[in-house]
Amino acid sequence: MTAMHRLRLLLVAALVAVGAASAPARAELTIDITRGNMKPMPIAIPDFAGASPQEIQAGQDIAGVISADLERSGLFQPIDKRAFIQTGASLQAGVRFADWKQINADALVQGRVEMTPDGRMRVEFRLWDVYAEQQMTGEAYTAAPQGWRRISHLVADAIYKRMTGEEGYFDTQIVYIAEDGPKANRRKRLAIMDQDGENHRFLTNGADLVLTPRFSPTAREITYMSYYRGTPRVYIFQIDTGRRELLGNFPGMTFAPRFSPDGNKVIFSMAVDGVSNIYEMNLMTRQKRRLTDSPYIDTSPCYSPDGSKVVFNSDRGGTQQLYVMNADGSGVQRISFGDGRYATPVWSPRGDLIAFTKMKGGQFYIGVMHPDGSGERLLASGWLVEGPTWAPNGRVLAFWKETPSNSRGRGGTSKLYSIDLTGTNEREMVTPVDGSDPAWSPLLP
Amino acid sequence: MRRLLPVTLFAALAIAGCSSSGEDTGTAAGSGRSSMMPQSSIATAPVGRSQVDALTSAQNELATSVGDRVYFETDSTSLSPQARATLDRQIAWLNRNPTVRLIIEGHTDERGTREYNLALGDRRANMVKNYMTDHGIAAGRLRTISYGKERPVAVGSNEAAWAQNRRAVSVVDK
Repeated sequence: MTAMHRLRLLLVAALVAVGAASAPARAELTIDITRGNMKPMPIAIPDFAGASPQEIQAGQDIAGVISADLERSGLFQPIDKRAFIQTGASLQAGVRFADWKQINADALVQGRVEMTPDGRMRVEFRLWDVYAEQQMTGEAYTAAPQGWRRISHLVADAIYKRMTGEEGYFDTQIVYIAEDGPKANRRKRLAIMDQDGENHRFLTNGADLVLTPRFSPTAREITYMSYYRGTPRVYIFQIDTGRRELLGNFPGMTFAPRFSPDGNKVIFSMAVDGVSNIYEMNLMTRQKRRLTDSPYIDTSPCYSPDGSKVVFNSDRGGTQQLYVMNADGSGVQRISFGDGRYATPVWSPRGDLIAFTKMKGGQFYIGVMHPDGSGERLLASGWLVEGPTWAPNGRVLAFWKETPSNSRGRGGTSKLYSIDLTGTNEREMVTPVDGSDPAWSPLLP
Repeated sequence: MRRLLPVTLFAALAIAGCSSSGEDTGTAAGSGRSSMMPQSSIATAPVGRSQVDALTSAQNELATSVGDRVYFETDSTSLSPQARATLDRQIAWLNRNPTVRLIIEGHTDERGTREYNLALGDRRANMVKNYMTDHGIAAGRLRTISYGKERPVAVGSNEAAWAQNRRAVSVVDK
């Protein structure tokens, strides 16, 4: 069996096992593989070759980023470089497959870095199936030298896609709320970083309380909530210019914003006289439209990826539950019926699942269910876990996790985590200070 | 700036004006420290500053002798008999101080999701506001803001702290 087939089978089987067998082509696969069988694929990623010291350094750095990306996915196990038999220049002369078979590498990534006469960096790679002795894919990228990290992520995405049949998610960013200071008066700042934690920077200075940032579909804008001038409202932040714009003049607190999939609208809640309803604002016409009209709390709205539906959180039935309605506000249907309270629904970019926060018996959970409410599955739990956000391929989620504090307010932490859709491979996403409210970007344009 | 404050606040103003920090408990009239300060130091203060002091003092009076906050049960916005009694005192105090305006802050404990808690805090603040307007306070004197779970007053992760954090606090609008 080739490396690609093996990994594909693992992924497909895992999806079947988790009940996501909505695609008919996959439905006939009934191999019952449980989580424990998801063994990461051994892959060899030697340093990319180069001639000049600059190229050699870039070749090491690029291989390192690709290796870290693939390892973090939980689907690949990069082999320790010290085990390699064939190295360096000889690899460029030709792959000796026997040498890679001997160290049990299913796949091999071979790459090269070259500075072009106009000062740009050209990076090419080939992905080899070691057992079939065949090239599976190959690609070359040319960019300014400082673009080497994005090139690395693009290579990792290409490898991930070829091996799994799914889109990658490494060339992406995370926007979140960086938190520090005492619990009773936390300083909260908008912050952005690459999905691997690199290129971290703060977007606001902490003077105003800010919450719940979410990317636009182009990943160049963020909608979020700020207490600027003591007035909690939804804003749109332009990442490239640092400009901030009020979503609109509204009489009450506006909160819980998200962009529509086409980027032309923002859906949010507005609280007036103690009642929170869901509205949408058309960014082209500046027209606002009210979508729900209940005397209850309707919040955390999120569009389906085709924009035709909205999932939201309401206590209209007595406790917090999830509801789906048409994008014009008609046809409201409750979808969550399990024990406990449900909140923060987020539609998968693939459309097949809705992720949520669940509260039950003093514990918090991150889970997923189908849009009709069936197939509920809990992925992560903790004293407080909240706010799932999907990687653009719909296979990985991020959320945040808090730990309790003692009576002096100490010991409580708030950290970002990612987890696979199968509920495995939970990992901290390391940030300079505490973090909450993560939002995963689409693939970068 | 706001209009002049009524007479009852000037008594408090005298004390706050003498306090270096302005955070003295406002209604502790006749406390040793205050009575030692010469009354004249107030008269020389700029008008704007005095009004700020007076408002601080009004806040102190609200907090210490009237009661500036009411508490809620988990995930509830109902006003308990105790909460109503506190609000009745706030209403009487507002009637004695007709130029004072309030910001009512709604808060929740940390055991909920952020966005829902923003809405819950808003609803708690509005329960207080509605109670006051039902009892004759002009709506124009009352403003609400929700902080959800963002601004706990008690920091421990335990029932006692959560009970203190599920609150609506009346703050003098400066």
